Amino acid sequence: MAAKALAPIRIVDFSGVLAGAGATRILAAFGAQVIRIENPANNGAWDPIRASPPFKDERRGHNFGGGWNNHNVEKLGVTLNMGTKKGKEIFPRLVAMADIVAENFAAGVMERLGFGYEQLKAIKPDIIYLSNCGFGATGPYQPFKTWGPIVQAISGLTYTSGLAGEAPAGWGYSYMDHGGAYYGATAMLAALHHRHKTGEGQWLDLACTEAASTLTGASILDYTVNGRRTRSESGVDSNRGNEAPMAPHNVYAADGEDEWVAIACRTDAEWAALAREVGGSALDPRYATYEGRQANRDAVEALVGDWTRTRGKYDTQHRLQDLGIPCAAVQQPEERIDKDPNTSAWGMWPTVTHSAMGEVRVDGIPVHLSKTDWQIARGAPCLGEHNDIVFGEMLGMSAEEIAELKAEGVL
Amino acid sequence: MTGALNDLRVIELCNEAGAWAGKLLADMGADVIKVEPPAGSLTRTYAPFYKDVPHLDRSLTYWHYNTSKRGITLDLEQEAGREAFRALVASADVLIEDQAPGQMATWGLDYPDLSTLNPKLIMTSITPFGRSGPRSTEQATDLTLLAGGGPVWSCGYDDHSLPPVRGGGNQGYQTGCHWAVVTTLIAVLHRDFTGEGQHLDVNMHAAQNVTTEAASYQWLVARETVQRQTGRHAGVIPSQPVQVLAGDGRYVTTGFAPRRPGQIRTLLDWLDEIGIREEFESWPLLELGANLDHDITMAGIQEGGEDAMIYGAVRDSLVFIAEHITAYEFFVGTQSRDMQCGLIYSPDEVVEDRHFLERGWPTPVEHPELGETFIYPGAPYRMPASPWQIYRRAPLLGEHTTEVLAEIGLGAQEQSLRASGVIA
Repeated sequence: MAAKALAPIRIVDFSGVLAGAGATRILAAFGAQVIRIENPANNGAWDPIRASPPFKDERRGHNFGGGWNNHNVEKLGVTLNMGTKKGKEIFPRLVAMADIVAENFAAGVMERLGFGYEQLKAIKPDIIYLSNCGFGATGPYQPFKTWGPIVQAISGLTYTSGLAGEAPAGWGYSYMDHGGAYYGATAMLAALHHRHKTGEGQWLDLACTEAASTLTGASILDYTVNGRRTRSESGVDSNRGNEAPMAPHNVYAADGEDEWVAIACRTDAEWAALAREVGGSALDPRYATYEGRQANRDAVEALVGDWTRTRGKYDTQHRLQDLGIPCAAVQQPEERIDKDPNTSAWGMWPTVTHSAMGEVRVDGIPVHLSKTDWQIARGAPCLGEHNDIVFGEMLGMSAEEIAELKAEGVL
Repeated sequence: MTGALNDLRVIELCNEAGAWAGKLLADMGADVIKVEPPAGSLTRTYAPFYKDVPHLDRSLTYWHYNTSKRGITLDLEQEAGREAFRALVASADVLIEDQAPGQMATWGLDYPDLSTLNPKLIMTSITPFGRSGPRSTEQATDLTLLAGGGPVWSCGYDDHSLPPVRGGGNQGYQTGCHWAVVTTLIAVLHRDFTGEGQHLDVNMHAAQNVTTEAASYQWLVARETVQRQTGRHAGVIPSQPVQVLAGDGRYVTTGFAPRRPGQIRTLLDWLDEIGIREEFESWPLLELGANLDHDITMAGIQEGGEDAMIYGAVRDSLVFIAEHITAYEFFVGTQSRDMQCGLIYSPDEVVEDRHFLERGWPTPVEHPELGETFIYPGAPYRMPASPWQIYRRAPLLGEHTTEVLAEIGLGAQEQSLRASGVIA
């Protein structure tokens, strides 16, 4: 088994849904000990995914949420009621043993609980504290609340996803929950490196709307440098794209119901090869150069679309890939998960064992490391599953003490 | 440099796919040296250009993706160029490259070669489908990665005669780069703890596959397929539209409509404030809702009956309000009334928003050669003890070749390297 790169790291973790839980999930896959804390008083309902579909079978309830399992694999789970006096006494004992405290509550919640950065620092001087929320810890919108679609709307990500003449299509999922998780993991890891060098901890303030707004940079510069706004009467056409000089470049109908294929020609040579396949007017010399294709973009796109329409999406993908042209079928979940040889060979969908759900497949990690590769084998914790390990073995509480705290509603 | 990575030297041999990874590290203080062919990176030819004049030093795409880096040229097709590259890697902590699988080995610059020179080296290879295995030789762009890897299936419109949509802005490449950066930093920590380097194989296709939220786990757990919907989550069960054109012609997103009586009272009060209660014909239903002795539940809505009618009126009232005020008024108005709604900004509008301005997010970057300073996107996170910052604008072509060659002890060879075209 590969060495665990982050085995020395312990994270006390309140972070939930995907933007928060997704960050600590990555560190857990590389061996960090992540102790997720949930409120026993409401069975962890602060995280709405805990008891939400999809479900593996007919069983329901807070130990059966399929998404929750996906986002919390390899973590330990404990219950602790932070609203109680004893909860507030126990929590600092966990912090004292931790390298990182992470949360994605609304701004100000940790201060109200009495555990803002200054208090955490008083408990553990070199603590790294990650707070992740929609608009950050300061500023006029600090009290505003968000979830993925709101973050994407504010940042310009929604606007820049769509077809000409249509409303914005946006992202059909919380893309920025993933983005928030990736940035959150990056910030924690960089802060660990800084602490390794200097002994110094810090407060990481992650505002998901700011993080998201870093992802549309070239459009921002076109405005701040050239004064050209992204907003226009016709809206954007992100399938045609404007990032790189490529034409044709689009998502085209393929044979079959709701079947599609994406093609991008990076060079005139790639177009020439595609034009020979398409034949007819595609061989028009006016289209031989990128400038010529851009000047006649609608006609060129229509020619390609008429050709793809009668062919299976994978037939087109394989034929064009044989010619060295970037092309990919728009894959449905079943196709990319169960039928794509690349993802299965990669080990992209590891099976975990969950104490209540049994065996379930989850997302893997899209990077393999030669010496400290990831491991995802244990399912997400049931509510309070590791109370005995964390409060008993780690904090040294007796079984009677734990039972008493449970009876009092603290655990 | 005060950034968290100010002790690291990173060599970046990347074109469009991997440059974002180098930028993320450079803005955290790493000394990122970008190695380009003497003709320059292809992305230097990508529009838009400064004042719309095409030039290798004027691409705004290149500017954005290459802040805080130093830049040198080296022709790796020549042995003298590869020798210089080896010397550079010997001085480095990390190498990030996005060359086609097999290219580094062809040059004799693959991990086995380079780790012999520098056993502590962390080499991060970013490729479309991984360095080996099925599909590794396929061609890809940002568009085709997003199409094959899952995101495109979930994005688009309720009308499925329209094609599904690939979101703009190189998000496929950027997703691959986020994974490259996270795992590179994990390798850096492992090296901090043990002194050991290693090789990382980043698969961008796989990266899209695990950046689709429920589309993947809905299939993995329940074998169900999500379907795209305009401006909202693709789902197994269709949901109600959320995008509304506000009074000023910009879109807002209404999200989940409120279900608590107190919130419904707030909506009625808001209609009164704007002076449009009587115009909204269903206002009596809101009055009923404001006086309910319980919250409206999802189950209650599904059952139909009075609660469902009230909820329908609540949704309609949000749309009605949005149509009568500006998108910004709707955003701030809902949020300050404890409702989670948003405004669909275009990217340029973000840098003028008062919250972003007050937090100092828009970041001025000096371009001394032009005598101008421009606003760039700011920090993705605040790390006060080791601040994120843009240390300098993107390098001009070959701007740091002389100084870097001198640093790695090849200053004496500069003239001959220039004469043979190894450097520009």
